[in-house]
Amino acid sequence: MLNYQLDRTFAALADPTRRAMVERLVQGPATVSELAKPLPMSLPAAMLHLKVLEECGLVTSEKTGRVRTCRIDPLVLSQAEKWVGERRQMWERSLDRLGAFLDQTKPEDQS
Amino acid sequence: MSRSVTHASFTITRHWNHAPARVFEAFAKEEAKRKWFAPGVESFDRIFDFREGGRETMSGKHPDGKVSAFDCVYRDIVTPTATEAGRIIYSYVMHLNGAKISVSQAAIEILPEAGGTKLVLTEYGDYLDGYDDAGSREHGTNWLMDLLEKSLTD
Repeated sequence: MLNYQLDRTFAALADPTRRAMVERLVQGPATVSELAKPLPMSLPAAMLHLKVLEECGLVTSEKTGRVRTCRIDPLVLSQAEKWVGERRQMWERSLDRLGAFLDQTKPEDQS
Repeated sequence: MSRSVTHASFTITRHWNHAPARVFEAFAKEEAKRKWFAPGVESFDRIFDFREGGRETMSGKHPDGKVSAFDCVYRDIVTPTATEAGRIIYSYVMHLNGAKISVSQAAIEILPEAGGTKLVLTEYGDYLDGYDDAGSREHGTNWLMDLLEKSLTD
């Protein structure tokens, strides 16, 4: 997976509809209509979200007859790509703690 | 065993209502850095030599049993003032359970801004496949779920 695709993965997961789709697919494969059914939107709108997930490589789909089945594809993430994601998360958490540390140790004479 | 190198970079930006000098100190002083860098980790092999050419190392045993080792050399250190930017640039190697997982460079820019500090962290790295990737589907799924959980709690 190329670097920009990893950025797209993070961007794709920033959306609640797409997270709902991924959470459903982690349980197992589903058809497009099964994925769209619980969502408060039209089928074409759901398909646009699905397209984003497919473009970043998180989800693959195949058509059998008139039914398109989607599945999650965590294999797109190699071990090395996981390191990148984990490193980013490590920094995010460290900087969260640094922000909290600065708040807690703020000198009284500063406003 | 699959061997590969993934080249990647990312940037994280934070805004804090604290003076640049205080943000810089949190990196420059060991007792301050200890509070936020890796708290809750049983650490050993500690070196802290904050100067250009100086080295910082820390190995740690995490609550889940993983052992990580951080080994860095400071390459560029500029102390910020109230009006001028400072920066800390270091190169570092990470090991996880004895396997080398990355060789990277981190640039931490500490920029004065109205009311406080803007911090921009940029990491450029070579991320390495260092061990047998058996079970990657399961790991990939777990990683994905962690990512989801994090994005939900942000």
